[in-house]
Amino acid sequence: MRKDCRTEKQNRGKGCRNRRVFLLCLAALFLMLLAGITLAGIVEADAALTTDFSRKNLAPCLEYPFGTDWMGRDMFVRTLAGLSLSIRIGLLTAGISSVIALGLGITAALGKYADGVIGCMIDVVMGIPHMLLLVLISFAMGKGFWGVVTGISLTHWTSLARLLRAEALQLKESQYVKIAGKLGKGPFYIAWKHMTPHLLPQLLVGVVLMFPHAILHEAGITFLGFGLSPEQPAIGIILSESMSYLSMGRWWLALFPGLLLVLVVIMFHVIGNAAGSVLDPGQAHR
Amino acid sequence: MLEVRNLSVSFTRYEGVWRQTKQWAVRDLSLNVWAGEMVAVVGSSGSGKSLLAHAVMGLLPYNASRDGEIYYEGELLTEKRLRELRGREVVLVPQSVSYLDPLMRVGEQVQKGDKSPKARERCRQVLKRYGLGKETERLYPFELSGGMTRRILISTAVQEKPRLVIADEPTPGLHLEAARRVMSHFREIVDEGAGVLVITHDLELALLVADRIVVFYGGTNLEEAWAEDFADEKRLRHPYTKALFRAMPQNGFHPLPGVQPYGRELPEGCVFAPRCGECEARCHEPVYYRSVRGGMVRCWKEQSG
Amino acid sequence: MEKTELGIGPGIVRFLAGKCLRGVLLLFLVSGAAFWLVSMSPLDPLSANVGQTAMGSMSQEQIEKLQTYWGVGAPPAKRFLSWAGDFFRGDMGVSLLYRQPVARVIRVKLMNSLWLMAAAWVISGAVGFGLGILAGVKKGSAADRVISAYALVTASTPSFWLALVFLMIFAVWLGWFPVGLSVPIGMEAAGVTLADRIWHGFLPALTLSVTGISNIALHTREKMIQVMESDYVLFARARGESTGRIVWQHGVRNILLPALTLQFGSVSEIFGGSILVEQVFSYPGLGQAAVTAGLGSDVPLLLAITVISAAIVFVGNLAADLLYQVVDPRLSRERGRA
Repeated sequence: MRKDCRTEKQNRGKGCRNRRVFLLCLAALFLMLLAGITLAGIVEADAALTTDFSRKNLAPCLEYPFGTDWMGRDMFVRTLAGLSLSIRIGLLTAGISSVIALGLGITAALGKYADGVIGCMIDVVMGIPHMLLLVLISFAMGKGFWGVVTGISLTHWTSLARLLRAEALQLKESQYVKIAGKLGKGPFYIAWKHMTPHLLPQLLVGVVLMFPHAILHEAGITFLGFGLSPEQPAIGIILSESMSYLSMGRWWLALFPGLLLVLVVIMFHVIGNAAGSVLDPGQAHR
Repeated sequence: MLEVRNLSVSFTRYEGVWRQTKQWAVRDLSLNVWAGEMVAVVGSSGSGKSLLAHAVMGLLPYNASRDGEIYYEGELLTEKRLRELRGREVVLVPQSVSYLDPLMRVGEQVQKGDKSPKARERCRQVLKRYGLGKETERLYPFELSGGMTRRILISTAVQEKPRLVIADEPTPGLHLEAARRVMSHFREIVDEGAGVLVITHDLELALLVADRIVVFYGGTNLEEAWAEDFADEKRLRHPYTKALFRAMPQNGFHPLPGVQPYGRELPEGCVFAPRCGECEARCHEPVYYRSVRGGMVRCWKEQSG
Repeated sequence: MEKTELGIGPGIVRFLAGKCLRGVLLLFLVSGAAFWLVSMSPLDPLSANVGQTAMGSMSQEQIEKLQTYWGVGAPPAKRFLSWAGDFFRGDMGVSLLYRQPVARVIRVKLMNSLWLMAAAWVISGAVGFGLGILAGVKKGSAADRVISAYALVTASTPSFWLALVFLMIFAVWLGWFPVGLSVPIGMEAAGVTLADRIWHGFLPALTLSVTGISNIALHTREKMIQVMESDYVLFARARGESTGRIVWQHGVRNILLPALTLQFGSVSEIFGGSILVEQVFSYPGLGQAAVTAGLGSDVPLLLAITVISAAIVFVGNLAADLLYQVVDPRLSRERGRA
């Protein structure tokens, strides 16, 4: 029994260690892949719009792995361009959202009155179903690119703001923040000098975990017709266009772009988990 | 009845991002408990004593690994054998209210979910034995006071007519009178013929009821002495036990300076060496647990006898 | 004591009243925000919509009424109050696209959507809870890996794409289900049988359920792992209780309430998902109506849908809070004492 017990446990310990290294390597690999997709999409942006009626409606083959559409556009290139666009919008919106979350989170922690107002804002934003709020904001902004960016930026900050508020409240009780207050430092100075640096890890993880949502919501709102304009090769546009051709059996128009979107989002999830496991000391023993 | 031989418990932990290290919580611990006898393992809080109880019950957390052998009634205690004994012949009295399901009524927990009239009657009797009325059965754990919690936890054990009871820190948070009463409940169980292993930080309390004292320090046992040995400092064997003796109020209240080593910082040789007043060169080499004057000690200084 | 045991007493009434007051305030703020958003829009409903499609068929009276709503002259706050006043009295205005009172449009669409969302809510909740328990109890096992991977993949899958895939497989390729519409064309809602509803709602409900499972499964798994590592489960093991009994007696008892809370809180997400999925399956529910209203600048309808959906989300959260207050002994007894 003694021997069995030991070897089994030791193997598990070893597996544990490899798992974490494995997760981090995987995350690094995915990060490079995503960067590659983003760059490729930018480079190929023009090719994604090139029509060639001599090659329309081709099923996937060696030359066109994802097939071509009714205007002879290469679906592989279009998908790459769409993903690149999605990732860039995701970066932009998650960035804006996290800045909002940081600002409001700290403000809520510092003032009682501000806390009430910000709590109310969070309740209102969370009280309307996400997708519907996106429709409303996009409608308010007259649709298009800025409608999407504003919409997603304004809807994704809530839970991160709550998290940062709780953290900031704890920091507020810490000795050095109290001393800084007694020394006559203003709230902005304290927020910037003493709180923001400590909140950065949570902020970083929060941003990465916000990514998948931002990307999926962008694709969704664009799919519904509120987002990016039809000329742009966004994934939402591609999938929405493919709907008209489904009953004709052109399955590749919908399958591959969506599948790649799923893969991209999975990669972001994995990166988020890896970042979380490194930065969150609570998981240190796993 | 229960024999623990060279028990070690270690954990694997992350250190920084990449490195995993092994930390010893219990190292090379041996002890035994006879039927009709109460043995107290005494050591200060946070020294990994609870792990001893969990290791005997086969309930270590998944990231811990165990080494050494445990025998019950002369038979190696395997996972399979434990499964037959756990909760029937061998019972655990845990240390706090967190060991009760927060959303289950106390009565149901004492009965272990058995809703037959017989079990209910038995539960009622056991609760009565410890001065708890039947209204207690309807309470939830969060409504119990510290003393009630103790008695409920003992009830869960006595309900089973156990042969071996392992009690993990049964007295913290209780005032002296209540703590004494709890300890006397364990003595009653011993007098009914069962073996009891009490793990506690309270030496004075242990001395009141236990037959033998095992002194636990830095993850291992430094001495095993009869309760009577504590009547006189000279009859004690290990410098640490002597220090404990001197720290007791009736013996002058001289506290020992310094703190106990734990986990990774355990010294190579005698774990007590860094704080020992009589430390010499050979104390930094491994020390073995030897029998001395009717007890056991892990110190070079004592002559075998 | 007996009275407070069930958690129903003066305390709960006070709790409920407070929550409802908050709810009314929240709905007021939500409708205010929504009104502000739509009035900000450069897409003017009167010229963009009424001018093109509906103006001709509208009576002068209707047009005048519209102009009092959306009239350029009046300040937004005043317009909002007049709209809110009408809304409160049950007059939600007239839908520009459907040319019917908004209340009637919403009633029909809401019924369609409620079927769909309720089915998805129950299925995803039950299956997710079951899978979460299985994964949590057998942490690290093959089953856990499969379930966790499933949750990761579905959390990364846009529901509308999954809807497209299901449509391709089951409707186009296998021909098992109709390609669109929740009811046969030209049929009045009253003439639709239950079988018809299930037939047309099956794929949308399946899509919503499959993607909805992920959240509840992951949450239940985490909670179950916590429970399995808890002191009281350790003690239950020490008392020789079997794993099955531990899971059933201690596990489910301790995680059902948080899981229900999460599931009630997920109403908002299911609603959001239904907007997309209804669009793919051309299922005539509230979600599709919202998209149509948004694209066609049907402001009265869009506003009404926003308020109704916010009310549904609020009721979901209220149900969760209430459940906690009544069921959890720690809360109900404390309130009984207070």
